[in-house]
Amino acid sequence: MMSGGHFPAASVDAVIIGAGHSGLAASHCLAELGVEHVVFERGEVANTWRRERWDSLTLLTPNWLATLPGYRYQGDDPDGYMNSTELVRFIEGYAGQAQAPIHAHTMVTAVTPDDPGYRVETTEGAWRTRAVVLANGGFNTPAVPACAAGLPGHIAQFTAHDYRNPGQLPDGGVMVVGASATGLQIADEIHRSGRPVTLAVGEHVRLPRCYRGRDIYWWMCHTGLMDERYDQVDDIVRARNLPSPQLVGTPEQRSLDLNSLTDKGVRLVGRLAAVRDGKALFSGGLRNVCALADLKMNRLLNEIDQWIDAQGGVPGAGDMERYPDTRVEHPPRLGLDLAKDGIKSVLWATGFRPDYAWLKAPVLDRKGFVKHDGGVVTGAPGMYLLGLQFLRTRKSSFIHGAEDDARFISQHLFKHLEAQSGRSAVPSCA
Amino acid sequence: MSTNQVNIDNGVNVQALLDARAALTEMPEAAQFQWRATSEWVNGTHTRSTVEEFFGLGEDQKHKTRFVYDTDHPEVFASEDHGSTPVEFVLVGLSGCLGAGIATVAQNRGIQLHSVKATVEAGMDLQGILGIDSEVRNGFDGIRVNYEIDADASEEEIRALVAQSQKRSAVFDIIANPTDVWVEVSKA
Repeated sequence: MMSGGHFPAASVDAVIIGAGHSGLAASHCLAELGVEHVVFERGEVANTWRRERWDSLTLLTPNWLATLPGYRYQGDDPDGYMNSTELVRFIEGYAGQAQAPIHAHTMVTAVTPDDPGYRVETTEGAWRTRAVVLANGGFNTPAVPACAAGLPGHIAQFTAHDYRNPGQLPDGGVMVVGASATGLQIADEIHRSGRPVTLAVGEHVRLPRCYRGRDIYWWMCHTGLMDERYDQVDDIVRARNLPSPQLVGTPEQRSLDLNSLTDKGVRLVGRLAAVRDGKALFSGGLRNVCALADLKMNRLLNEIDQWIDAQGGVPGAGDMERYPDTRVEHPPRLGLDLAKDGIKSVLWATGFRPDYAWLKAPVLDRKGFVKHDGGVVTGAPGMYLLGLQFLRTRKSSFIHGAEDDARFISQHLFKHLEAQSGRSAVPSCA
Repeated sequence: MSTNQVNIDNGVNVQALLDARAALTEMPEAAQFQWRATSEWVNGTHTRSTVEEFFGLGEDQKHKTRFVYDTDHPEVFASEDHGSTPVEFVLVGLSGCLGAGIATVAQNRGIQLHSVKATVEAGMDLQGILGIDSEVRNGFDGIRVNYEIDADASEEEIRALVAQSQKRSAVFDIIANPTDVWVEVSKA
């Protein structure tokens, strides 16, 4: 019996799940290789950026870095940072230019192994395919720690997924949990709305917006750091789980770090460790996570300085700079009586998880992540991943990282199809 | 991070630890350890604790010898001072844990250590344990650790060693984060 409806399943060589920048890049590369495919999108192109992020969000990377296979930023502000509306327009433009075969408003409900490929059930019918590209993104289900359940009922809770702007929050104190780009940007804007903010800080990544006169990503691209491969880094599990660097994209290119928030009056506390009897308890390790982030930032700046020296200098580069260490209140606060302190809402900026409930192939590890080797899914021939942190290189989860990864997995997919059907000619991807 | 260097020796078998890490990633149940101590009151504020067995890698394990520790209080507490105070044992645990971590991380990063000396100080307001002021906590008001390290590395690399050791330290975590403690009683 067909579970996908009354009609027999349609057939296609490859299915791409997700019409964000990664899925569209894959579509472009598969089209270049002549691989017949469809792209299923649960909502509209760039859906996450349209509907699941806060209003003031901007890309962390500058516009000149917004490149996709066969497409790039053409606007008049290469050093600026797109907001989500501009980004949606940018990705829409790509979908239009490529005439990608997108089935919008088509939710994938199951992907099941079905020799020699997969059966893909969607809300618009079932498909048989020989290959699947999972480009649905790893950032769609907010990951909220278990201690959230212990918060008193009168405290409103939001995640970075449902937060839009400070106007949503009740008046009064706000505890923001998480010190990634998301946590710091949101803490900053909530503080500016006049609500006192307490920011719970665990392990984090500190970066200056600009260094020696250029955007930090200019250096990271040119020094080759962005191209560091997944099989070359020391601890890939850690690299894949790092929070996003503390950055914001503003016209004045300001740095957003913990010191700048402290200066404004945001109160820093350690990682939220537990909630007990209406009290939030914070880790006493705040100094150390700050020291680690300072050390790592300085190590990166050292690498940049050494690279500049090795080039014999870089025209226009500014002087070497070092930034003050992160200041931590002495002694840092270890507990907070939420009611007494007037905390009325908690914002969980504690990251996202991918949602693979519909993935009926035995490819998940015990933590619920897809097992893969540089985007080639383990134990599932013809299944691929795209758009996740450090999938193949440090730049994999960035817009400009999609091109190399999409080309690689498209080639791999093409060869897989070809091996299956016993053909041999391999056109090369331009 | 640099890989092991042949001529660096801090006495830590890093390869065995890396192998264990890989094996325990595949077999998380074997990573479940339980640490145990038994103790018996001697007299006054003097208690004698022993450590010998623990559980790990799926079965009961034993130290090479049975370790015995006396805890007591000093004479200013009108005690007989048969051993260090229990709170000093906490400092011993912390410095032991951080020291082990520093040596291991240094070995893994190819840094030769020559000397690692720590001073650990913890303040305490006795008004807490004596019940004089209920707003004063029983425990430390903070712990300050000072490391003096001689190693073939830059100051920044040494700072990074110590920071990484804190990040991976069990005792640092036990002290810095809340832990559920429950005490059961039965009549002998």
